[in-house]
Amino acid sequence: MKHLLSTRDLDRDTAVRILDTAEDMAATQQREVKKLPTLRGKTVVNLFLEDSTRTRISFEAAAKRLSADVINFAAKGSSVSKGESLQDTAQTLEAIGADGIVLRHWASGGPAVLARSGWIASSVVNAGDGTHEHPTQALLDAFTLRRRLHGEASRGRDLDGVSVLIVGDILHSRVARSNVWLLTTLGARVTLVGPPTLLPHGIADWPVTALHDLDAAIADTDPDAVMMLRVQRERMNEAFFPSAREYSAGWGLTVARFAALPERTVVMHPGPMNRGFEISSAAADSPRSTVLEQVANGVSVRMAALYLTLAGGAE
Amino acid sequence: MTARAVLQQADITRALTRIAHEILEQNRGIDGLVLLGIPTRGVELAERIAGLLTSFAAAENPGWTCPVGSLDVTMYRDDLGRNPVRSTAPTRLPAEGIDGKTVVLVDDVLYSGRTIRAALDALADHGRPAAVRLAVLVDRGHRELPIRPDYVGKNLPSAASERVNVRLTGTDGIEAVTIEDGGSAA
Amino acid sequence: MTAYLITGAALADGRTVDLVLDGGIVAEVGTGLSRAGATRIDADGLLALPGLVDLHTHLREPGGEGSETVLTGSRAAAAGGYTAVSAMANTSPVADTASVVEQVQALGEAAGYVTVRPIGAVTKGLGGEQLADIGAMARSRARVRMFSDDGFCVADPLLMRRALEYIRGFGGVLAQHAQEPRLTIGAQLNEGPTSAELGLAGWPAVAEEAIIARDVLLAQHTGARLHVCHLSTAGSVELVRWAKSRGIAVTAEVTPHHLLLTDRLAEGYDARYKVNPPLRSDADVEAVRAGLADGTIDVVATDHAPHPADSKTAEWSEAANGMVGLESALSVVHEAMVETGLLDWAGVERVMSAAPARIGGISGHGEAIAAGSSPEIVLYDPSARSDFAAEHLAGRSRNSPYLGRRLPGRVVAVFHEGRPTVLDGAVTPQEALRA
Repeated sequence: MKHLLSTRDLDRDTAVRILDTAEDMAATQQREVKKLPTLRGKTVVNLFLEDSTRTRISFEAAAKRLSADVINFAAKGSSVSKGESLQDTAQTLEAIGADGIVLRHWASGGPAVLARSGWIASSVVNAGDGTHEHPTQALLDAFTLRRRLHGEASRGRDLDGVSVLIVGDILHSRVARSNVWLLTTLGARVTLVGPPTLLPHGIADWPVTALHDLDAAIADTDPDAVMMLRVQRERMNEAFFPSAREYSAGWGLTVARFAALPERTVVMHPGPMNRGFEISSAAADSPRSTVLEQVANGVSVRMAALYLTLAGGAE
Repeated sequence: MTARAVLQQADITRALTRIAHEILEQNRGIDGLVLLGIPTRGVELAERIAGLLTSFAAAENPGWTCPVGSLDVTMYRDDLGRNPVRSTAPTRLPAEGIDGKTVVLVDDVLYSGRTIRAALDALADHGRPAAVRLAVLVDRGHRELPIRPDYVGKNLPSAASERVNVRLTGTDGIEAVTIEDGGSAA
Repeated sequence: MTAYLITGAALADGRTVDLVLDGGIVAEVGTGLSRAGATRIDADGLLALPGLVDLHTHLREPGGEGSETVLTGSRAAAAGGYTAVSAMANTSPVADTASVVEQVQALGEAAGYVTVRPIGAVTKGLGGEQLADIGAMARSRARVRMFSDDGFCVADPLLMRRALEYIRGFGGVLAQHAQEPRLTIGAQLNEGPTSAELGLAGWPAVAEEAIIARDVLLAQHTGARLHVCHLSTAGSVELVRWAKSRGIAVTAEVTPHHLLLTDRLAEGYDARYKVNPPLRSDADVEAVRAGLADGTIDVVATDHAPHPADSKTAEWSEAANGMVGLESALSVVHEAMVETGLLDWAGVERVMSAAPARIGGISGHGEAIAAGSSPEIVLYDPSARSDFAAEHLAGRSRNSPYLGRRLPGRVVAVFHEGRPTVLDGAVTPQEALRA
C-alpha cells in the first residue's frame, strides 16, 4: 500500500488487514518496551495545513513508536496556506528526506492531488482533508467497534450485520464520509441521521439509509453503536438549524435519549466533544462510551497505517 | 521445475520426537522451559513439540503442560524495505512470561539466520530469558550471521537457487518437506 | 493579394464544389473551376464550412497576458477553425469603457488572425452595482453590441432590468452569466453524487435555473434581447424552450465541454475539469445535446478560458475555473453532436457560425458559402482522428481537459479575409499573414 488516501478505495480484505495489523501494534503497546525498530531510518513529516493537535499527536506517537524520525510542520495561516503552493512545500519536505508525508489539509482532495502529482516519491497518508475523508479516524472507529463486539477474537473479522447510527452534521463531516465507506465495506448497516440541511444532496446511491428523526432511527435500527459527530455551533448562523437548543433537542444524545438506548449500544464520538450540545456528559462518560478507547486505539491504527505504507519496498 | 520430497509425514513426526527428547535431555528436565514458535509454521511446530514434551514429562510431572506461544518477528526484520510489505502476525507469550526462562525458539527452516536475529531482538523487548535455544525442522545452510541451531530435524545441504518448502498438516492440510530447483518459484 | 482555388470541397449541404477566393470575396463556386495565377488547394475529402464564430472567448488582454493575449488567443482561434471571436470583458482593467474595448479591437486587427469583437461589461468593474459606459462603448470604434459581466452574474434584479432596457436602446444584447450568488457560495462542483462523495461544496442546478427563469421574464417585460451564456442544465433547457415558445427574445449558448464531459471526471480532484458553471450529470449532457439539436440552444460557444499551469495543479478548491476550448471545439461538437446523429454538418454550420454571427451582430461572418459571400472559410477533415495533444494547442495556456483524449476531425486550413491563417494544419506565422 503506497498511500492511504481514503476508505472509499479500500476493499474488505485490505481493510481487515489494516485492522489486524493494528491489533498486532496494539499488543506491542501493552509491553514495557513499547518502541519497535520497524521504521528506523525513515522520516515521517506531519504536514498539518490545518490545526489539529489531537490528530498530530496521535500520528507523532505512532511514528515514534515505530522508531521513525518525525518532523512536524504546522502551517496554518502561514505562507503554505495561500502563497506557497503544495507542490513547493512537498518538494521541500522531500528534499529534507521525508519518506512519508502525513497530510492534514483544509481542502478536500489535497492528499489525492499530492499523491498523484508526480512531485514527490514519498508515501502520503491522509490525516483529514476538508470535508472529504479522514480514513485513519474511520479505521480507529471500526477497530474500536470490532474490539467491543469481538474482543480477543477480533482478528480476521469484519462488522457483518452490525448496525451503526451516524448522527449530526454529515454534510461537513469527513469522519462521516470515511465511516460510511469503511463500515459498509466491512458489512455494517449504516444509518445517517441529521436535519435535512446537514445531509449532503446526492446520496441516494450511497449504501446507507438516511433519516431525520433520531428517536425513530434508534427504535427502527436497534443500533450496536451510535456515533455522534461534532457539530459547529456557528452552523446556525448559516441557517442550517435555528438554534443550539433546537439542534440538541432533535439530534443530541441527551440524557433521556441515552437512557432509552438498548443496553448493548456503545456511544462513539471522534472528539473533541461539545458536551451538552451534541452529546450529554451522562453519555460521554458512561462505560458504554468508547471516546477514550478511540483515542488510545488511534495510535495503534496509525502505527498500522504507517507500517503498511512505509515499511515495504517496491511491490 | 521439479519438486523432490526430502521428508514425509512420518519423518517429520520422528524428527520432532527426537527434538523433544533432546530438549529434555539438554535442559535436564522441564524446569523453566518455554517454547515460542515463529509464525507461520514455527508456531505449529512449537505446539507439536510442546505437546510431545508434555506427554514425555507426564510420568514424572503429572499435570504439567509445556508453556508455548508465538513470537512475531516481522517488525524486527532487516529486509522490510526489500520486499512488498509483510503482514504482521500475533505474538502470544505464555502467561508465566519469559523472564528467567529457557526459551526455545522454533522455526521451520533455518537459512540466512536473519529471521532468528530478528527474533532475538524481539525477544529482548519482551523480557530477559535465562537462556535462548533454537530448534528448526530443516537447516539448509547458507548462514549470513553467526547463528547456529541447538536442535535440528534434518540437515539439508541445498543450493542457494533451490527452494525448500515445508508443509504441515495444521497449516497446509498436507505434510511434507520438498526441495525445488530453479529460482523463481512463487 | 493571392487568389486561391480550392478544389473538391464538400459543402455542408452535401454538394462537392470548387471555390475561388479572390478580390476579398468568394468569387466563384462551381465545378471544374480554374483560375490563372491562383494558388491551388486540394480539398478532396474535406468539408468547407463558413469560418466559425465564437461568442464567448477570454483573451485575457489587457491584464492577463501570462495566460493569453489577443494575439495568442487569435492564433488559438484560427487553429480551431474560427474566423471571429467575441472577447469577454473580464480583463484588467475591465472592458467597461470605450478606451478598453477600442484597445482590444485594435489589438485584434493588429494580430490579423480573426475578427475580434469586444464584449462590453454591463456594470462598472463587473461590480454589479452601477452600469458601465454602455452607450460610449456602443458608439465607440468597436461598435459594441454584446454586453456581459461574465464571470459574475448580474444578480440584482432591478439592475438587471435597467441593463436590459438600456442596452435595448442600442440594439444590443445582454449576455448573462446565470449564477445565483447566494446559492453558490464557495461552490466547487455540480451538486450531486460526485460532490457529495468528494466533499466539495455543491453548485446546484437551481442556482443557474433560478436566474434564467427570472431573466426570461424580465426580457419579456422589457422587450429586450437576452442571451444566456454557457447554459449547462436540463432545467435550463426547459426554461429557454418555454421562453421561446412564448416569443421571448432569448438566445442561448452551450459550451463544447458541457456537451461531452460530466462531473464524474472530478473524482481524482484533477482541476483540469474545474470550470464554471461546473460539469454536470449525464442527464444534463443529454438534455443540452437535445436542446442544441432542436434549436432551443442557438449556438456553441467555447468559454475559452486560459490559465497558467500552476493554477490548475493546485488543490481543487484553490484551482482556477475554466478550460481552453478554441482549438478543440469543432472536434468536440463533431463527437458529441455529429457522430451521435443529433446534428448534420448544416446544423454545425448553423450553431457554430451562422447563429453566433447573427446574435453577436458580427457582419462579414457566418454567411453560407456562395458566390459573393465573405471569404471566411474553414476546411475540415472529418475522417481524421487523433489523440488530442499539447501540440494541438496554439494559444499560450495548456489547460485543456481533452489532452490525451482521442477526438475526431482535424482543421486543415482556414481563410480569414481571403488569406490563409491555417494551412496544412499549421497556423500561418504572423509575418506571412501580413505579406
